[in-house]
Amino acid sequence: MKLQKATRYGLYAVLELAANPDEQLSAADIAAAYGISGNHLAKVLRDLGRAGLVDSARGAGGGYRFSGNARRVTLLDVISLFEDISSDTGSGDGADTEIGRALDLVLGEIDDIARATFGSITIETLLKTMRWRQEREARAAAPDLASPG
Amino acid sequence: MTDDTTLLANDNATRHATGDGEADVLVRRATANDLPLVIELDGDNTGLHKPDYWGETFHETERHPGQHFLIAESASSDHEFLGFIVGEVRAWEFGSRPCGWILTIGVVHERRVAGVGSALFDAICERFAADGVKTVRTMLARHDQLNMSFFRSQGMMAGSFIELEKPID
Ligand SMILES: CC(C)(COP(=O)(O)OP(=O)(O)OC[C@H]1O[C@@H](n2cnc3c(N)ncnc32)[C@H](O)[C@@H]1OP(=O)(O)O)[C@@H](O)C(=O)NCCC(=O)NCCS
Repeated sequence: MKLQKATRYGLYAVLELAANPDEQLSAADIAAAYGISGNHLAKVLRDLGRAGLVDSARGAGGGYRFSGNARRVTLLDVISLFEDISSDTGSGDGADTEIGRALDLVLGEIDDIARATFGSITIETLLKTMRWRQEREARAAAPDLASPG
Repeated sequence: MTDDTTLLANDNATRHATGDGEADVLVRRATANDLPLVIELDGDNTGLHKPDYWGETFHETERHPGQHFLIAESASSDHEFLGFIVGEVRAWEFGSRPCGWILTIGVVHERRVAGVGSALFDAICERFAADGVKTVRTMLARHDQLNMSFFRSQGMMAGSFIELEKPID
């Protein structure tokens, strides 16, 4: 699945800020961490601000903070700010034919799974899953250090 | 959320700290006395009242190792009923190596979002691990946002199997 650039930047920003709730990060900080365009990210951050997901503090040392509820905001909530991930089934050339409809059924099935997946993963769940994976990898890399409790 | 688990002597009951100042949860094997509350909670969750099914499930889990019917109750002196979870180890179904299946879970409405579901999940995973399996699995309706969010929050992701179906009328 390929997300648009703005969507991916929006997810990076939200996840980076939510992972560091005690820090204020500027667009330049986040852009540098992900190797992405600072200008493009600044625009994405404004969109996130309008949606109430990030706050910006003005002045020297000002930056952005995540201001949503990480336990309830889902990946789909963020994605939907930037793009509509449902394919436009039922419209377009050839859609109103037997083959067009049969094809749309398959595309609709894939869309449905994608939406249900993004809609059930909260920001907190994604960060938690990332930390678990890191811990498991660390345990696998250094089995002697793994304490049995 | 469950950050502390201590094995207790009583029938492998486990105590789970739910964090955030919530009371501890005790997870233990179900007894026949728990069935009325399980039937009522399941009836609320699914809209179906099925006492026979729960009676049978209880007797099956009593008889077979690898089948688990667990109850969560408050660890305080009132032992308030908080919820239940049922699961079993299944081997070689669909060509899959033995793994633990969670068949159903339920937490009483007034005690939700306080770590009880997580305590039940952790407790059944411990029992599956003791049974020797390395994977836990469940099946959910795609649009069941609540259960999807819950199981995802436990670190579960789509596995390598996919459910397919077709009407046969
Ligand atoms: C799903 C269920 C078991 C969760 O139990 P619970 O005790 O509330 O779960 P927890 O408090 O341990 O929650 C763990 C995580 O699940 C997710 N979650 C739970 N309830 C949620 C809700 N209402 N909305 C969004 N996420 C939720 C959250 O990520 C939560 O973590 P958080 O507290 O840090 O936000 C409970 O809601 C329930 O019994 N639902 C009905 C079950 C059902 O339909 N059973 C029949 C078919 S199996």
